[in-house]
Amino acid sequence: MWAGSRVPALFTFVIPPAAQTGPACFAFAYNPLKHPINLHRIMPAIEILGLEKTYSVGFWRKKPKRALRPLHLAVEPGEIFGFLGPNGAGKTTTLKLLMGLVHPTAGTARILGMELDDPRMKAQIGFLPEQPYFYDYLTARELLDYYGQLSGVSARERSRRIQDVLGRVGLPDVGGVQLRKFSKGMLQRVGIAQAILHDPKVVFLDEPMSGLDPMGRREVRDLMLQLKAEGKTVFFSTHILSDAEALCDRVAIIHLGELRSVGAVADLTATVHSKVEIVWDGTRVPSAIENMGGECHVVGQTVRAVLPDDKQDVAIDALRREHLRLVSVVPVRASLEDYFVQKLRPAETPAEVRA
Amino acid sequence: MSGLRRITVIASAVLLISLVASVVLLRRVDEVRSGATLEEVLYISSPKLLKRLSLGYSGLLADIYWTRAVQYFGSKHHVGAERYDLLAPLLEITTGLDPHLTVAYEYGSSFLAARPPNGAGMPQRAVQLEEFGIRNNRDDWKLYYELGFIYYMELKDYKAAAEAFARGSRIPNAHPWLKLLAARMAERAGDVRTAQMMWATTFNSTTDKSIRANAAAHLRALQVDDDVTNLETLVERYRQQTGHLPGSFSDLISAGFLRGVPVDPLGRPYKLGGDGHVEVRDPDDLPFIQKGMPPGYVPPKAPKFLPSD
Amino acid sequence: MNRRIASIASNTFREAVRDRVLYNLIAFALLMSGAAILVGQISIDIERLVVINLGLTAVSLFGIVIAIFIGIGLVSKEIEKRTLYTVLSRPVRRWEFIVGKFFGLAGTLVVNTFFMAIGVFAALLYVSHRFQRSDGWLLVALYFIVLEFLIITALALLFSSFSSPLLSAVFAFSLFVIGSFAEDLRGFAGLTHGITRWLATGAAYLVPNFSALNVISSVAHDQPVSGQLIAYNSAYALVYAAMALSGAVLIFERRDLK
Repeated sequence: MWAGSRVPALFTFVIPPAAQTGPACFAFAYNPLKHPINLHRIMPAIEILGLEKTYSVGFWRKKPKRALRPLHLAVEPGEIFGFLGPNGAGKTTTLKLLMGLVHPTAGTARILGMELDDPRMKAQIGFLPEQPYFYDYLTARELLDYYGQLSGVSARERSRRIQDVLGRVGLPDVGGVQLRKFSKGMLQRVGIAQAILHDPKVVFLDEPMSGLDPMGRREVRDLMLQLKAEGKTVFFSTHILSDAEALCDRVAIIHLGELRSVGAVADLTATVHSKVEIVWDGTRVPSAIENMGGECHVVGQTVRAVLPDDKQDVAIDALRREHLRLVSVVPVRASLEDYFVQKLRPAETPAEVRA
Repeated sequence: MSGLRRITVIASAVLLISLVASVVLLRRVDEVRSGATLEEVLYISSPKLLKRLSLGYSGLLADIYWTRAVQYFGSKHHVGAERYDLLAPLLEITTGLDPHLTVAYEYGSSFLAARPPNGAGMPQRAVQLEEFGIRNNRDDWKLYYELGFIYYMELKDYKAAAEAFARGSRIPNAHPWLKLLAARMAERAGDVRTAQMMWATTFNSTTDKSIRANAAAHLRALQVDDDVTNLETLVERYRQQTGHLPGSFSDLISAGFLRGVPVDPLGRPYKLGGDGHVEVRDPDDLPFIQKGMPPGYVPPKAPKFLPSD
Repeated sequence: MNRRIASIASNTFREAVRDRVLYNLIAFALLMSGAAILVGQISIDIERLVVINLGLTAVSLFGIVIAIFIGIGLVSKEIEKRTLYTVLSRPVRRWEFIVGKFFGLAGTLVVNTFFMAIGVFAALLYVSHRFQRSDGWLLVALYFIVLEFLIITALALLFSSFSSPLLSAVFAFSLFVIGSFAEDLRGFAGLTHGITRWLATGAAYLVPNFSALNVISSVAHDQPVSGQLIAYNSAYALVYAAMALSGAVLIFERRDLK
């Protein structure tokens, strides 16, 4: 399935057995009203149908810059969905398209079944932009009150919710301080606060961990899990793979404006050539094993070798032939990092991508 | 994206409707206010103060006031106004802001001093304007000429006129006629030739269309007066000679008094009236004539001599 | 919808106040007091004239400067600083944002003018020692000045929706100057011919008609202002502001935010 070459995004979906993500390969022909099975399906929280964005740059507007190639994606309600990719991959562009901040060149999307410009839909979503800026002449409480008004939260509810949400993000005592005095980490927390203030059903977070110290990151992770426990859908973008691994039910990987894969983390990493670690007594390394191309370390009186797991049986046979005593055979779990490095070919590694 | 389309349609409609409405309202406002901006000129008691307030942009402001003066006079003249109250303040403010704006002084000499409906009828203020101009432009011979012109034409003060012409004639590059005019003031002030010289000098010393048109009209009128006087003299001589009035100009031609049918400065033949009077064919086109008007002719309230008429 | 516009408007007002814009009132108060005292001492029989001319001109100029300075940043600053992201992701329509900003700044200017008016009347009382019937026309002049503010605010907002602050300031200020000579421009246009005439006439009618909204010198000379003029000017200002605002909405709706 994953041939390691540039296969169109449509056909690189890994479909997890547990959920049926319908749109997959038939997105362009997909019309939810025409497929009777949809009446029995749960409506996706987010449906992206061919969203595309091309900017025309340059003085004469001649150089088109494809920030996002046609994207097809569906996010189920109640899941934490990670949107991964190196910087400049198109993550923020996608979020801006979904928020209606930027108009798509082509394609549409629906959130909670409603169009992107529908105010009823916007009342039920929250958004934390990357490195947010707020009106620095307001205090935290005034800011949240303003946003609450705009989101249609009634006056009675507002003050209660504001106190509540400030507590949740760990800023219970700074409601009356002007935002211009807040540190970066505090601003990030205020950002999360305004995103969940009106109790939205879907929360969009763009790089929610940026600017936070490890304690803060831990708190945000816990908060995101809490939101999921409350039945909310969380869609967040990041370039930090460890966060995604820890939190997400499913991830989508985007690179150079193109979707590369979608699926549960475990399924994605399963496609990576995994390794196995074999430890044996002695200091000798059989030539067969040496030629396998893995790493071998001699530590005291034991040898530790990390080899591709398809060579596992051949290696064990070699050890037996040489009468070497096997100590342990342990599979090494692939990480999303390995997936990234392996799947995003050398010519396209993050360091060279800066659109 | 029906939401975007809807708001686009509504906003475009509002834009168009308000555009049309704003134009309509503008015209109404202009009607209500017609001349109000100009009348504010009466409240500017000190051009000097205005000059200081204009923060160095007095040249531009002078141009704006000058244009207002021209439009004011032209539009009022078009409807045959009797009073031009704002012309003097407009010209004074213009020259106060820019004392070197020569055309404003020319305008003043032609249209500020003359009696209505041809001008504002304020010769004294016109004199003051010219004196102000002379103080600020000592080497411009035209200003002396214009001063003398006003004294001659409207104030009939031939002595003062002679003085002004004489002063002007001493300026290098002055028009050679200034000396002649100074001399003529002494004896032949009332002479037609003097007036003709005057108007011809005015015509030649300016590029402003209105002033030239005015001067040309006066020259034509003087010509007509002269022609009619001469023709009626001939008619009288014919009568004395033959005992009866000539029936037409052909009689005079056959009698040897004329060489051809006489035409007025516009090229139209004169008419010979039954009682021996000579008339012009289209008196409306020849303003300022004193003779040759058909009997019972009443000149229009707004004599047509400006290009805008 | 109205609640959201009101929220945005009051937030804009709050921003202006916290930006210390109302401190301009101190400068104005100093100016008026100084002038009143100076003129009162010299007693050259035109104290009333000076106070009215100076006072109303200062109200007008201060306000225009504030309107331009704040107006040019109303939209562009929010785009630049990206504070718009969290606003537009909420159920706020883009046009509500524009209209709310307009009312916020207009409200700020009205409040500012109110305080300045008190200052003018106070100075007038000081030099004249009592109020006259004709002082009522001052209120009309002030009302016309507020109408000027509405127009210039809408224009600044229009420019702010697509242009950088510096260019917006230049455009807005130029339109203010040209608009002050709008009547002359219409007169000039009538004197031209051919295609120049079309262009000049078009420009002359598009430019905001500030010359008709400036009745300062006639009011200073106790001249009344006709009711017809008041009605037409009010309608004109509303219509012109609507024109500029709908232009701003059309542009802003389409904009991709950076």
